[in-house]
Amino acid sequence: MKGNEAIAEAAIRAGVQSYFGYPITPQNELIAYMSVHMPAKGRTFIQAESELAAINMVYGAAAAGMRSMTSSSSPGLSLKQEGISYLVGAQLPAVIVNIMRGGPGLGNIAPSQADYFQACKGGGHGDYHLVVYAPATVQEAADLTTKSFDVADRYRNPVLILGDAIIGQMMEPVVLSESTPNPPPKPWAVGGIRNGRKPNLINSLSLEEGVVEEWNWLFKAKYEEIKKNELMVEMLDCEDADLILVAYGTTSRICKEVLRQSRARGLKVGLIRPITLWPFPYRAIAQAARKTPEFLVVEMSLGQMIEDVKLAGLGDAAIHFHGRPGGGVPREIDIREIIEHVLVQKRAGKIATRGTVIDWEIS
Amino acid sequence: MSDMEMEKIAGRSSLWDAKPSPYCPGCGHGVVHRVLCELIEEYNLADNCVFMAPVGCSILAYTFLGLDVCQSAHGRTPAAATGIKRARPDTFVLAYQGDGDLASIGTAEIIHAANRGENITTIFVNNAIYGMTGGQMAPTTLAGQTATTCSNGRDASLGMGNPLRVCEMLQSLAGVTYLARTTVHTPANVIKTKIAIKKAFDVQLKRQGFSLVEILSSCPVNWGMQPVAALDFVDKKMVPQYPLGEFKVGGVSVTPGA
Repeated sequence: MKGNEAIAEAAIRAGVQSYFGYPITPQNELIAYMSVHMPAKGRTFIQAESELAAINMVYGAAAAGMRSMTSSSSPGLSLKQEGISYLVGAQLPAVIVNIMRGGPGLGNIAPSQADYFQACKGGGHGDYHLVVYAPATVQEAADLTTKSFDVADRYRNPVLILGDAIIGQMMEPVVLSESTPNPPPKPWAVGGIRNGRKPNLINSLSLEEGVVEEWNWLFKAKYEEIKKNELMVEMLDCEDADLILVAYGTTSRICKEVLRQSRARGLKVGLIRPITLWPFPYRAIAQAARKTPEFLVVEMSLGQMIEDVKLAGLGDAAIHFHGRPGGGVPREIDIREIIEHVLVQKRAGKIATRGTVIDWEIS
Repeated sequence: MSDMEMEKIAGRSSLWDAKPSPYCPGCGHGVVHRVLCELIEEYNLADNCVFMAPVGCSILAYTFLGLDVCQSAHGRTPAAATGIKRARPDTFVLAYQGDGDLASIGTAEIIHAANRGENITTIFVNNAIYGMTGGQMAPTTLAGQTATTCSNGRDASLGMGNPLRVCEMLQSLAGVTYLARTTVHTPANVIKTKIAIKKAFDVQLKRQGFSLVEILSSCPVNWGMQPVAALDFVDKKMVPQYPLGEFKVGGVSVTPGA
């Protein structure tokens, strides 16, 4: 299956009752799949008039207690930020998919990881976090979609699946979950027949002094729980590594291949792959830095996740970067050249490849 | 006849908590809420009604209405209402919007909800100004009318646009089943408003598509008028710009006032 279709089918199996979308490449297979399979199951599908409308339809359906979802690609996610902030403010669970493409502006339809800041550092207005999953395979895209609905319901907070054009378009074999979805009761939802239940209120506004501050403290407590329970990270060959690659999603696949090639040449290379980008595996990285002196962060951006890697606290370890913005995809040969430069040539000479920074500093 | 023998034919709605109205003196929102509460009680809808509170003065409705309330982002009420209605078709969805909300920032959402024939009822309160933010020019502000963002009066020749007629705009859409414009500046018109809203409710209850009632309303504080002068402004200035009557009945266009 294509990644986009696997996400759609996994969502259907996870019990999504309402899907609202808007066409944008490279996620179109997802909305097309939903347009066929949701109505066939008697569930709601709407091609909305805009991404703004789609996310606000999600808001309404989630307010009514239904598992709800929308999907888009980078420019569409910019439009959805308003609704995402309101979902958080009103504590509504929802699953949002971003199949990232090159930007800024209309950019292109090539793969990108340039929406990391938007996904992990807020995006919309107000103090908030989404749980952000970064699948690296079609199988993982499906599995994380299944998980997303449970996590969104558990914390009453939206969850973002952050893929890219390659994850969305790529075909791989996938085994889909057969388990029956089990959404928790939602006594806070509006609509239906109340039958004696007291009226419910879905809102994010209060003009009374201190109320919104208290809500924010409540959200903060929720985020601490999420950090404790939901962090996911893959560590590969880090134990004896002289250099650790840090990458997620599509770039982590490229890095895995580089790791294999490097190990075959006797170079001790490891990989840390954050699966949740928020919460971020700061501790795992800091611990690895106690033993490993060199880190190389690879991204399809000008350098966004690298700020979190630095924030992890690397001690005396050096940090390097290789990134390709605007739809560029890092090449194995370029990553190998950097590893060679650091581990074999001990930084002698210069690297001509664009997008490479040896001894990266926040500047 | 003594007091004891009098029959009580009207009183405070049981859906409206015994709290002071949050609205300014002479504002039409309270009258419109009252009419809605009466109809919800008459139709026995309180148990499955969701009131969609918009961004604007009427967002405060959640503080006193004894109904499920869902607040939505500015202008997005038709989209959020669509989400609720599609998710729970057994819910009576009452969307309440003002002119800035519906006719400016949420123009796309209202047109497409109407065009899809969403089975919701929209109450559109048009007072020709932004109330909650303190009296800025609205899309429905009349030509020459002053506001904090057009202190010399709205002037289309200076690029401020013309007063937007929502009912006329929505009339051509096939998804719209019932469409009317009323006013609440006199008791007789309040009764006409109630009749129009009743028809709109019937459309949703019979699952016949989209219904909208636009209600002209006064905003004395932001218009800078005494309440009585504001009612006169509705009568003399707003009604000529916004003709009263039904625009669509049973999905068929009719000429207002005919």
